[in-house]
Order: sequence, then C-alpha cells, then structure tokens
Amino acid sequence: MENLGTLAILLAFCFAVYAVLSSLVGRWTKRPFLVLSGERAVYSIWVLLSVAVGILVYSLIDGDFRLAYVASHSNRTMSNIYKFTAWWGGQEGSLLLWSWLLATYSSVLVFQNRRKLREMMPYVTAVLMTVETFFLILISFVEKPFNVLMSGKGVVDVGDGQGLNPLLQYWTMVIHPPMLYLGYVGFTVPFAFAIGSLLTKQPGEAWIHTTRRWTLVTWIFQTTGILLGAGWAYAVLGWGGYWGWDPVENASLLPWITATAFLHSVMMQEKKGMMKVWNIVLVSATFFLCIFGTFLTRSGVVQSVHAFAQSPLGNYFVAFLATGIAATLYLILNRLDYLKSEAQLESVLSRESSFLFNNLILLASCFAVLWGTMFPVISEAISGEKISVDAPFFNRVNIPIALMLMLLTGVGPLIAWRKSSAESLRRAFTWPALAGVAFSAALFAFKGVRDFYALVSFALCIFVAVTIVLEFFKGAMAIRTKNQMSMPKAMFELTHRNTRRYGGYLVHMGVVFMFIGFTGKAFDQNKTVQVNTGQTVSIGHYQLKIGKVDSGQNNDYQWEIMNVGVIKDGEMIGTLKPERRFYTASKQPTSEVSIRRRLNEDLYLNLAGNSNDGDGNVLQCYVFPLVSWIWMGYWVVLFGTIICLIPSKSRLIYPRTEVVTVGAVQVKAER
Amino acid sequence: MKNYLKFGILILAILGTLGWLAAGGISDTKTYYKTIAELTQMGDSAKEKRLRVGGDIAAGSIERKGAEVTFVMAQEKMQLKVVYNGIEPLPDTFKPGAQALADGKLGADGVFHATKIQAKCASKYEAAPQVKGNPAVRSS
Repeated sequence: MENLGTLAILLAFCFAVYAVLSSLVGRWTKRPFLVLSGERAVYSIWVLLSVAVGILVYSLIDGDFRLAYVASHSNRTMSNIYKFTAWWGGQEGSLLLWSWLLATYSSVLVFQNRRKLREMMPYVTAVLMTVETFFLILISFVEKPFNVLMSGKGVVDVGDGQGLNPLLQYWTMVIHPPMLYLGYVGFTVPFAFAIGSLLTKQPGEAWIHTTRRWTLVTWIFQTTGILLGAGWAYAVLGWGGYWGWDPVENASLLPWITATAFLHSVMMQEKKGMMKVWNIVLVSATFFLCIFGTFLTRSGVVQSVHAFAQSPLGNYFVAFLATGIAATLYLILNRLDYLKSEAQLESVLSRESSFLFNNLILLASCFAVLWGTMFPVISEAISGEKISVDAPFFNRVNIPIALMLMLLTGVGPLIAWRKSSAESLRRAFTWPALAGVAFSAALFAFKGVRDFYALVSFALCIFVAVTIVLEFFKGAMAIRTKNQMSMPKAMFELTHRNTRRYGGYLVHMGVVFMFIGFTGKAFDQNKTVQVNTGQTVSIGHYQLKIGKVDSGQNNDYQWEIMNVGVIKDGEMIGTLKPERRFYTASKQPTSEVSIRRRLNEDLYLNLAGNSNDGDGNVLQCYVFPLVSWIWMGYWVVLFGTIICLIPSKSRLIYPRTEVVTVGAVQVKAER
Repeated sequence: MKNYLKFGILILAILGTLGWLAAGGISDTKTYYKTIAELTQMGDSAKEKRLRVGGDIAAGSIERKGAEVTFVMAQEKMQLKVVYNGIEPLPDTFKPGAQALADGKLGADGVFHATKIQAKCASKYEAAPQVKGNPAVRSS
C-alpha cells in the first residue's frame, strides 16, 4: 500500500515537470498537441494524488501503525472524523493536502478554459505546474508521508499511535486548516494568470475578468479559515482571546490583507484602466505571502506555539521564494510599457483617491505585521540580539489603521469618480456623520465610556452602517416608485441589478459588525479566584454560585466538572459547567470552557485546575462584551460575498451606467 | 502638480503617524531573548529590560495558589524560579517536562516575574514516536 502511495507521488512529480515543459514548448513551437498533452498531465496529477490521499486516509482510519505518520497522528480510540482530519494534522500530510488542492484547482481551471484564452493558458498551466512541482519535490524527497517505522531491518508495528492533540479535537479545527489551505492555494491561480498576461504582453483586462470571481471565492475561503481559527482559540484555549498576533496567525493574515487590497484596486483597473502594475504587484505579493506563510509555519524560523516542528524545509522555501520573486520582478519591469495607466488622479476628494488610500493603508498594515513578525530575525541579523515585539505593538499600529479603513469604508463607495464637490459630500454624509457622533456622545455621557479608540470606533461603525442602510433605502425607494413594487421586492430587485455593488455593501456591513465585536474588547472584565463548593463570586452583573465538582473517567480521558449557578439581578438564569480533562493516551490536560453566549456579552468560565495549598479549585471568570458580533459579522460577510458572486441582472439590461439615486446627487453605479 | 503635492502630503502624514506609532510600540514592548545562563551574567541591566527566557519545567515544581503560579525552569543545569500571575490561564500544554517560554522581568530577589507564559509542545506536530528498540525512520 505505502509503496503504491509513494509511487503515485513520484509519478505525479514527473508528470508535473512534464506538464511545465510540454506547455511551454508547445506554446513556443506552436504545437497544440503538446499543449493538450500538458493539460492532460494536469488531470493525471490529480488522479495520482487522489490515489495517494486515498491510501493515506485509509491507513489513518484503518490504523496502520507501521506508518510513521499514522503512528504519530492517529490512535485507536479517536473517532473516524478526527482520524480523517489527521490527514492534515502533520507536516507531511498537510503538504500532501497542499499539492492535492493545487492539482484540484488546476484541473478545474484547465477544464473551464479548455477552449478559451488559448494564447495565455499554456503559460498559466506552466506556472501552476511549477508551483505543483515544488510541493511535489517536498513530499517526494524531503517529507515523505509514507515512511515506515523501521528497527534494524524489520518493520515495527507500535500497536497504537499517539493520537491527535486533544486541543485540536474540536469541530472548527476539522475544517479550519482545509479552509485556510483552500485560500492559500487558491491565490496561485490569479498569480498564474497575472504571469500569463505579462508573458503574452496582454494589457490585463482578460486576466482580471477571468480571475475576479476566482479571487473572491479564494478570499472568502481564507476569511472563513481565519475566523474559524479565531473561533477555535476563543472557545478552546481558555483565555477568551481570538487573536494573539502569533507568527502563525500573522502568516495567515498577511496574504489576506494584500488580497483585500487587490479586490479593491482591481476595480480601478476595470473601471478606469489605472493601477495596472500595482494590481500585478498585489497579486504576486499575495501569492508569495501565501508561500511565505507556509514557510513560516514549517521552518521554525520564528518561534511560535503552534508551528510545525523544526525541519529542513526552510531552505527549499527560501530558494523557491527568492527565485520566484526575482523572476516576477524581472517580468514586471520588462513589461512596464504594456501596463501604462489610462487615466490620472484628478482630486483628493474622489473615488480613485479613496481606493488609493485604502490600498496604502492596507499595505502599511501588512508591512507592520510582517515587520513585527520578523522582528526577532531582523534584529538578530542587525544587532546580534534576538528581540521580539508583542501584541501591544501590533495593536498600537493596527487599531488606527483599522479605524482609518472603517472611515474609508463609509466614504469610498459614495464619493464620485474623478472629482467630488463639497456640496455632494455634504449631502451624502451629513446624516450618517451626525448619527455616528451622536451615538458616541451618548455613550460618553450616559454610559461613562472613556476609552478614546472605542468611542471613535463606535462612531465610525454607526457612520458606515447608516451610509449603507441609506444606500439600500434610497435605491429601493427609487425602484419602488418607478415600478410600483413592495419595499422588500424593490430591495431584492435593487441588489439583483448590481450584485457586485450591493453584495459589497453587505460585506462592508459584516465588517462593521465585526468591528463592533472587536471594540467590545475594550470593556473586558476578568477575575481569577480560588473557590470551594458553596462560595459565591461576583463579576460584572453576575453572581456565580459554586456548586459541587463531579468527576469520572472514560476510555479517552478523566474529567472534573464544576457546576456553577449563574445569578443575574437576584434571579437564577442558568448553570455553566466548566470542565477539566486529562487525556490518558497523550497525558495531556485540557480545559473545556463553559460560555454563556449572548449578543450583548459572553460570560466565560475556565476551570484552571486544582490549587496546591489544600483543597479548592482555581476558577477564571471573564465577561467579554459584544464578542458574538464578530461571528455574526462573519455570516453577513459570507452572505454578501455570495451575493457578489451571483451575476448581475443589469449586465444584460443596463449595459454601462445606471442612476441609482434620485435628486441632485447623481451617483453613477459601478456598472 | 498641485494635486500630486496634496496626495504627497496626505500620504506622508499617514505613513509618518503610523511610523511614529510603530516606533513607540517597538520600544515599549521589545523583549530580549536570553538563556538562563546569560540572565545570571547580565547583572543589574537584566532588571530593567523585558526578557523572554526559555527552559524545561522542572518536575514537581509547579505550585498553584489562587491566581498565582510558581515553578522552576531548567536549562543546561541552570535553574530559574518563575512567578506568574497574569490574566491568561496557563496553556494546557504547561506541564512538568514541557518547554516553556516566559516573558517578563527579573525581580531584585532573583525570581523571574512573568507576565506571559507559552508552552512549547502545544505544537500539534510532535517528533517521531518513541518505540522500543530505538527505531529509525526509513523510507518505504
């Protein structure tokens, strides 16, 4: 079995090399059959890797503990779903997942475009397969998934494996890595198209149109992955944090930031023919940051709690990144003439300018995060001393950045292209701005909120929310009066006419919700107490009545559960049961926090363990205001993104421009 | 050209502010990586800087008392007593024998006052399993 798996990977590697060569040679010598055979090689790679994946997953579920990978990531007592997820639980398996996903994406892409873009596709295939070759080198020769445990000349069967880390046995962790990878790997596609357009000297419209939807899908996968990670950290790690600026988290954030910048600046190219070079730079940066992120989590360059073990992979990645970046830069510089901008910036108060600043700020944030993450490496290289920077650094830089972005989120979509007059700005923004300021003033006066950033953030959130609601309302009103429709139907019609615009508004609305949740962090309360049965602890509006502690054990672990009665305003409102487990197989203690989730605030209890000075348990109590808004915001973002992906009705009916608001402000819609 | 001047000034203002915030952030939170041996040789300068020290948690040394946890970290025969009473609970991987990273300051009493503890074997991805008879991992 394992020999078959190894063979499949090796063959896939050979096919990938072949696909690169035949596509290129076929393109240069104008021999379509070579190009076609290159494309067939792509499909074959997918089949071969699927076989390898099948064998690995079968071995994991079947418990073939002769395999080193199975022995270290699976065991007999784990449920099948976790045995399956052990596929990407370790270095070798997750690299196999990377390669398999890339093969899947490539096959879909080659199939979709089998009759289109004949000029460019051979190059696209070649780029995709070059990346595939790189990953196949890693799993064929460096980190082999099908290694067998050997002792002398005999194969060792250890009987039972070590199992997956119990911290990872949680539902979000089942889908978090594949989601992130779907995002990471997916950005290879727009990159391949960008390179293809550079090589064929096409100015860019073709690749932008082909990859816009692709980028959006990839982006939402990555957003999902990042938020699943945040949700997991919140619910499992026991300190109620969802983001800790750990190098591995930052690695997933970096390409997301550049991808977000790209999704915005691409509109400049579509509508105005501007920022062509910049878009290629952004797509390439996103791709290389994805590779860089994969490198960071695997090479042990930066210390992190949840990175993979140290391994020799680092050098391979550095070599790949260096050649890739150098080649891309050379190509861009070489083709600068084909990427001339078709228009110029005319005014600071214009849509163009808002996109420019959106990009500037996102890139600044990306750079700050990258700098902070790499600080130990940079400082060691410069001064010889290894110095790290911590969460406060990231927060201090990124909070103002985030607030500026929020402001642009409100302003950008409403401001006119080319040049906006003070009069139209006043009309568009007076009410939203007043609403925002009034809201924060009320918080300041009646709720005693004194945190500066929190006040600014709430004001901006309200400002943006009101602009978006007004946009929907005004647009729907116009349609309603014109077509005699009911309001909900008019809303639907409005969104359907320009799904990109109104889907985009929904995404922005989701981001507003998330920001409300993030701002809640300013009002956290926490308390660590040593308690015995019968005692009462108070935190926030709550009184916690400590009940008895139950304990017991099952096949997997021993457990202790503390029953805590929650009293609010003298009324019993429920029981929370924080739990502490000790997994027998891995000798790993874990705490299972108990959370009472509500829209206004979460009550969060963590049983930290026994105290050493006699009896009593250490209980950590937290109140986290508004956290649920983050998760709610995610669903809105997802919904908005799906709307964006639905083709607009207006593409057929209204070919170029469309007036969405009535009265003196004539805002040209994006299409 | 006036337009480009406006853009230039705005961009400079934004980047300048961010740069200033970043510089402040770095100087306030920078933490020096030190070994326990280096720590004992640093003398008084060790007591001002924020430091990150790594080591193995000595067996039987973990004591919890209310919100406070004390333990001993060992690294190449050197030992360091650490007191932690931060807000975040200790990670689940924090157990005797695990590798820990402590961020904090060295007190005048020679005890390390940590504000953040990370435990290293939270890594989902551990080394090859220990099997009887010193097995070597070999390709199939």
